[in-house]
Amino acid sequence: MAEITIREAITQGLAEAIETDESVFIMGEDIGEYGGAYSITKGFLEKYGAQRIKDTPISEAAFVGAGIGAAAAGLRPVVELMSMSFSLVAFDQIVNMAANLRYMSGGQIKVPMVIRAPTGAGVQLGATHSQSFETWLAEVPGIYCACPSNPHDALGLLRSSIKSDNPVIFAEHSHLYGSRGDVPDDYYEIPLGEGKVARSGEDLTMVSYGYGVHILEQAAEQMAQDGVDAEIIDLRSLSPVDYDTIVASVQKTGRAVMLDTARRTGGIMSEVVSEVQERAMDYLDGPVMRVGSKDVPWPYNRNLEQDILAQSDDVIKAARKIISF
Amino acid sequence: MDPSEKPRIATTGVVTPATPGISPEQKSTNGFDPTRSSSPSLSASIDKDELVRMYRLMLLIRRFEETCGQHYSLGNVRGFLHLYIGQEATGIGAITPLEARDYIVTHYRDHGHALARGLDTNRIMAEMFGKKTGLSKGKGGSMHIFDAAKHFMGGHAIVGAQLPLAAGIALAQQYLETDVVTMVFFGDGATNQGTFHETLNLASVWQLPIIFFMENNLYGMGSAVGRVRLQGADFSDVMGAYDVDTVSVDGMDVVAVREATQTAIDKVRAQGSPIFIEAKTFRFVGHSFADPGDQYRQKSEVEIWRRRDPLVTYPHRLLEYGLATQADLDDLSESVDAEIAAAVEFATNSPEPDLSEAFDDVYA
Ligand SMILES: Cc1ncc(C[n+]2csc(CCOP(=O)(O)OP(=O)(O)O)c2C)c(N)n1
Ligand SMILES: [Mg+2]
Repeated sequence: MAEITIREAITQGLAEAIETDESVFIMGEDIGEYGGAYSITKGFLEKYGAQRIKDTPISEAAFVGAGIGAAAAGLRPVVELMSMSFSLVAFDQIVNMAANLRYMSGGQIKVPMVIRAPTGAGVQLGATHSQSFETWLAEVPGIYCACPSNPHDALGLLRSSIKSDNPVIFAEHSHLYGSRGDVPDDYYEIPLGEGKVARSGEDLTMVSYGYGVHILEQAAEQMAQDGVDAEIIDLRSLSPVDYDTIVASVQKTGRAVMLDTARRTGGIMSEVVSEVQERAMDYLDGPVMRVGSKDVPWPYNRNLEQDILAQSDDVIKAARKIISF
Repeated sequence: MDPSEKPRIATTGVVTPATPGISPEQKSTNGFDPTRSSSPSLSASIDKDELVRMYRLMLLIRRFEETCGQHYSLGNVRGFLHLYIGQEATGIGAITPLEARDYIVTHYRDHGHALARGLDTNRIMAEMFGKKTGLSKGKGGSMHIFDAAKHFMGGHAIVGAQLPLAAGIALAQQYLETDVVTMVFFGDGATNQGTFHETLNLASVWQLPIIFFMENNLYGMGSAVGRVRLQGADFSDVMGAYDVDTVSVDGMDVVAVREATQTAIDKVRAQGSPIFIEAKTFRFVGHSFADPGDQYRQKSEVEIWRRRDPLVTYPHRLLEYGLATQADLDDLSESVDAEIAAAVEFATNSPEPDLSEAFDDVYA
């Protein structure tokens, strides 16, 4: 067991894949000579060479698309986007090509690739640099989507993402790179689509992923002081969603709050709310509540941004609507 | 001494034909040898007051950027901060010959362009501080400076995203039959985006009145241009493929840039067809405040370019030609310091936006 950061966990997962599977290579802007905008691949170019560690021009559509092509031809590319916000430049390639190739070829082609990107708001980068498109991409059939909240899950999910024969969006919340946690020495994987009960409780089910899990933990601690025993489910994957774990929890608690750190409207958590409502209707004591960031573009000003962001207070407020404390 | 007595030094307004690729030795400076370049030119076609005013702008931008850096360290300026230090001569030479009715569109390294355009120093600084009095009411930040009244249409932080916008503004001019010129700034790195090539083709096939102004500072973040582009330095063959005239100019020479740009503006205004200007320049500091800027380039390379610092060479030239005295330059320096100090005070004392303002301006 070692205590490491999420950054180190991802670095370890990538290094391991490069060392154990010749078909794995990494590409992205400034990942080689510069060492990565978030230093994930620092030293990789020197260690693994330019064939495995490819610096790309600022051409997201072309290099994401080329990753898809390389995957279709038998390699396992891990493509880094400097920010999830820049995925928009490559959206056609991701959605129309990566996600659809297998289906529209009647199963002839597979696209085993991972697209990694830092995501999330909260550091005053403004409207164009703070968006969380994993919550859109999670809806697209044909691609999977993982979003870890801690080092243990980051490593386990990255391993299964790279091994997956499907395109995987791997969303890394930028607040969490320095976040620490224990990682076992023995090899393990975390399957895509498997959520986890991160805190068990009896009174209320709270669901999120990535940085949202940390917000739920704050909320749960505060509610505990008021005698409310909240259960937290960390989805870990946004696609597929582990509904069994959520529904089992809701059957126990009868109440649920779903948190998305991205905008409240139209994200994957809206979908989760809707599905859980249908599947667990008989067990629910109130509506499934949805909490998310406010539906405006991301402002630069710190106060405005903090106010727009979903916070633990918003979670508690939503909880109070379905449980009195 | 009359500056016209001296021979012109820099090459300006030269339309370059396609040339072969650069040799590896030339890679670091992209075929442009800054050590062999002479000191900045002066010109009889620009009057003395204007030559001196350009120096004041240079100082203003440099000090503004240094001050932003200090306030970043203090936590008053946040987010991503991209400084223009080293590139001042380029922006000033490009923007000062534009008319008020002309349009400017730029990228995230935008403070220098905003100041050269004459946007209010106080309100730019207030935007940096995220205040209500900022040009974008504190919602845009360093990378998103706008002043629509001055036809300064942003500040865009997605690499290459500003190019189609600029083409659209130029299209509107063609549609409305104005003689307004649109100038769009971008870096060497942006030329690798699809939007660059798509927009060039559009501008060429529609004959739009637009100036594509590339500030080739030889690096896109940590990527030397020669590593990410075939032909490295040479953009004229790219432009040739789109049938767009190319002008190459020494971006460290403010007068050379200004004259080349003036010629281009006149031509675009008269003929309505696109022109591509490449200025070879250099940022002395890191890509953004997060980047020390020393991992991917040699100290010696930075040193070579620093020797051509326009803040040193240009005033030297003004003195040499008797266009200003040391006392004049000292006065300018003092007035710039006062302007920056006032801007910081304005930004500091300005109110934060009300929380309710987060919901304003989502729709018209
Ligand atoms: C679509 C997109 N990809 C990547 C980035 C991150 N990024 C910001 S600036 C930059 C380098 C751009 O270099 P260049 O165009 O040469 O302009 P310079 O910064 O040198 O002025 C990169 C990679 C971005 N903002 N947008
Ligand atoms: Mg550049």
